[in-house]
Amino acid sequence: MEYSRQLIQYALSGLSNGAIYALIGFGFAIIYNATGIINFAQGEFVMLGGMLTLFFLTFMNMPLIPAAILAIAAATAVGITFERFAIRPLRKATPLNLVIITIGASILIRGVAMLIWGKDTHALPSFSGNDPLYLAGATLLPQHLWIFAITLVTIIASRLFFNYSIVGKAMRACSYNRRAASLVGIDVRKMVLLSFTISSAMGSMAGIIIAPLTMTSYDVGIMLGLKGFCAAIIGGMSSGIGMVIGGLLLGILESLGAGLVSASYKDAIAFIILLVILFVRPQGIFNTSETERV
Amino acid sequence: MLRLQGITKVFGGLIALEEVSFSVEDGTITGIIGPNGAGKTTLFNIVSGIYPQNSGNVYLGGKNISRFAPEKLARLGLVRTFQNVELFGQMTVLENVMVGLHTKSKSGILSCAFKLPGHIREEKYIRERGLQWLEFTGMVELAEVKAENLPFGKGRLLEIARALALEPRMILMDEPAAGLNSHETIGLAALIRRIRESGVTVVLVEHDMDLVMDVCDAIVVLNLGRKLAEGTPREIQENTAVITAYLGEG
Amino acid sequence: MTKGKKNLTTFLFFTIAVLMTPLFLAGNYLLNVLVFVGINTMLAIALNLLLGFAGQISLGHAAFFGLGAYISGILTTRYAVDPWFAMMLSAISVGGLAFIIGFPILKLKGHYLAMATLGFGIIMYIFFNETVDLTGGPSGMSGIPNLLVGPLIFDSDMKNYFLIWGFTLFIMLLSINLSDSRIGRALRSIHDSEVAARVMGVNVRLLKVQIFSISALISAIAGSLYAHTMTFVSPASFGFNFSIELVTMVIIGGLGSIYGSFLGAAILTMLPEFLRVFQDFDIVIYGLLLILMTMFMPGGLVSGIRWLASALSSGLRKEPD
Repeated sequence: MEYSRQLIQYALSGLSNGAIYALIGFGFAIIYNATGIINFAQGEFVMLGGMLTLFFLTFMNMPLIPAAILAIAAATAVGITFERFAIRPLRKATPLNLVIITIGASILIRGVAMLIWGKDTHALPSFSGNDPLYLAGATLLPQHLWIFAITLVTIIASRLFFNYSIVGKAMRACSYNRRAASLVGIDVRKMVLLSFTISSAMGSMAGIIIAPLTMTSYDVGIMLGLKGFCAAIIGGMSSGIGMVIGGLLLGILESLGAGLVSASYKDAIAFIILLVILFVRPQGIFNTSETERV
Repeated sequence: MLRLQGITKVFGGLIALEEVSFSVEDGTITGIIGPNGAGKTTLFNIVSGIYPQNSGNVYLGGKNISRFAPEKLARLGLVRTFQNVELFGQMTVLENVMVGLHTKSKSGILSCAFKLPGHIREEKYIRERGLQWLEFTGMVELAEVKAENLPFGKGRLLEIARALALEPRMILMDEPAAGLNSHETIGLAALIRRIRESGVTVVLVEHDMDLVMDVCDAIVVLNLGRKLAEGTPREIQENTAVITAYLGEG
Repeated sequence: MTKGKKNLTTFLFFTIAVLMTPLFLAGNYLLNVLVFVGINTMLAIALNLLLGFAGQISLGHAAFFGLGAYISGILTTRYAVDPWFAMMLSAISVGGLAFIIGFPILKLKGHYLAMATLGFGIIMYIFFNETVDLTGGPSGMSGIPNLLVGPLIFDSDMKNYFLIWGFTLFIMLLSINLSDSRIGRALRSIHDSEVAARVMGVNVRLLKVQIFSISALISAIAGSLYAHTMTFVSPASFGFNFSIELVTMVIIGGLGSIYGSFLGAAILTMLPEFLRVFQDFDIVIYGLLLILMTMFMPGGLVSGIRWLASALSSGLRKEPD
C-alpha cells in the first residue's frame, strides 16, 4: 500500500512537471513550425517569466496577478525584440550560423539576467497558499492544480486558435509551405513574429507557474529549455495532443526514475531520454514521417 | 551500361514514377525529357542513390546497384551533377575539383596529419590532375577563385569538371543548361560531346530541346511518372504521343 | 614559395615566438595564464576540427575534456598508474567512446545535433558531480601527481608551459597539415554540401565520426594535461558554460582557422585576467560575441585581419567590391 502511494506521488509530481514541459515544448514547436528554427532561447523566456514576476512583486510591490501579467508582457516584448533583431535579418544565414546565433542570444539573455538579478535562487509565492490537499493517497499542493488548470486551458485555447481561427490557420499554412502561404496573401513575416510572440508568452507563463515549486534563478532556463525540447521531440514537434503526451511522458518517466532509481540523477534521466529518442526516432513518437524532396 | 527495370517511386500519396524501364548504351549521350513533374529528377535521385525506389532494379554494367549509397556508386564510376548546383562554396575552384579526385587517392587521416611521403606524392598528383581537368573545361584561370564567387555559368562548368575528375564510366547531368545563355549552351554541347569522345557515357535530364535534339544519340520521354516513348531524336520529334504530352493537354 | 612552404614558415615563426616568450616572463603570473592559453588552444583546435572543418556543432565538448581529466586523475591517484600510461588509456577510451556514440549522434543535423551534444555534456557533468566515490563530487579530486620524465618533474609554471605548449604545438602542426590535404578538403566539403561530398565518394558518415573521435581524443589529452598541471580537478570546470566558451573561442578566431583558434583561446583566457569587469560580464560578452561575429564577421578575427592586411596593402589600387 505504501509503495503504491509512493508511485502515485511520483506520478503526480511527474504529471505536473510534465505539464510544464509540454507548455515549453509548445513554444519550441510553434516557432519550429513557422520558421524551421529551433529557438535555443526558449528556455530563457521561461526563466524571464519567473524572474520578472519576482522583480515586479518585490521591487515594485505589485500584487501577484498583475506582476505575473506584466512579466509575461515584458518577456513577450523580449521575444519580439529577439525576432526583429536576431532572426529576421538572418533569412540568408547558413543553418550552422543560425544555430550559433540563437545560442548566442540565449546566452545574452541569461547573462543580462545575471547582471541584473545576481546568481541567487528565489522562491515565488504560490498562487493560492501552501495547504496540501490529499488525492488518492498522495499529497498535492494547490500550485499543482494551478499548473494542471492553466496548462489545460492553454492547450484548449491553442487548439481552438490553430484549428478554428483565421490567423491560426494561416500560421499552420506557413508551417506546411511558406512559399505557397505567401502566394495566397499570408504575410509570412507577421506569422513568424506572431509565432515568437506566442512562444515567449507561453514560455514565460510556464516559468511563472512552476517557479513557486522549483525556485527560480538566472540559469533555470537551460535545464527547463532542454527538457521542454525533449518533450517537443517526443511529441514530434506537433502543436497538438502529441506535445501534451510528450511532456507528460517525460515528466512521469523523470519522476519515476528519480524516485525509484536515484534522485540526484534526475536531470540526467531526462537528457538520457532525449538522447535515446534522438538516436532512435528523431521524428518523435507521434509524428508520421514526412517525405523530403531533393 | 545502365538499365532501369520497373522503377516505381511513391511519395506519400503521390506516384512519382511508375514501372519505368529503359536502357542506356555504352558511350552514348542519352537525354531524358518530359514536362515538368514527369519524375525526371526523381529518377536521377534514385539512380544516383540519394533515395531508394519502392520497387524495381537499377543495373550498372550488369551489376545490380539498387539502393547503393552515393559514395559506393562513386567508386563504381557513377557520378552526377545537380539541378541546384551543389558546389563547395567556401573552397576554391581547384579545391572543388581536387575533391572530385577523392576516389582516385587514398591518404588517410594519419598520413595527411603526419605528412607522410605517400601523402605528399598524392597531393602533387591530385593537384596536377585537378589543373588538367580545369584545362579540359576551360577554367584554369579561375583556379584560385572561391567557388561561391563564380558567375552562375562557370559554377555549372565547375560541377562538371569536378564530376569528371572522378573519371567516371557514366555521368548523370541534371539540367546542365538551366540558367545558361545561348552562348554558354553551345559551349556546353561541345563539352558534352568531348566527354563522350573520352569514353564516358552521358545521361542528361534537360528542358532545352535544341540542346537535347542536337547532342543526344537517344532520348527517353517521361510523362506523369511513366515512360512515354524512347528512340532517336528524329523518332521522338515525330512521335504524336510526345507532341500531345508537351503541347496538347487540358 | 609554395603553400606548403609558406605554412611551414609561419608555423616555425609561431613556434619560435611561443618558445621564446617565457624567457621574458620568468616568475611572472602571466606565465601561469599562458599555460591555460595553451590548454584552451588545444581544446579550441580540437573543436575547430569538428565545427570549423566538418561543420558539425558540439555544445558538449567540455565533457570530453572532463573525462580525460578525471580518468587520468582516478587512474593515477587510486590505482597508481603511471601518468603517461594513464593519459594514453584516457585518450584512447575517450576517443573510443566518442567513436561509438558518434555514429548515432552525427546522424543528427543542426539544432538537433546541438541539443544532443548539449544533453550529452550535461549528463557527463551530472555524472562528474554525483559519482562522489569515484570523482570526489562537487569538491573535486586533489592530489593528482605531476607528470615526470626521468628526473624532470613538471611542477612549476615554467616547466608546465613547455610541457603544455609542446603538445599544443604538435597538435597545431598536425591540424595545419590536415587542413590542406585530401582529408581536410573532404571535411570542408562535408561542411559545404554533404550530398555533393557523398556523390564525390567521400564516406561522409565515417569521416564525421572519425573526426568527432579525434576531436574527443585531443580534448581528453588536454584534460589529462590539465589534471596533472593543476593537480586538482572539479566538475565546475567541465560544465555547459565552458563548452560554450570553447565554441566562442572557435567562432571569434574563425571557423576552420587553426591560428584563429589560438587567437580565440588567447583572448578568452586572458581577458578575464586583465579585466575584472570582464569576469562579471563574461556571459553577456560571450553571447554578444557569438551573435555579432556570426552576423558581421563570420570568418572570425583571422578573416578580419586578412581583410585588413589586404585593404592596407592595396591602398591606392581600386578594388571592385
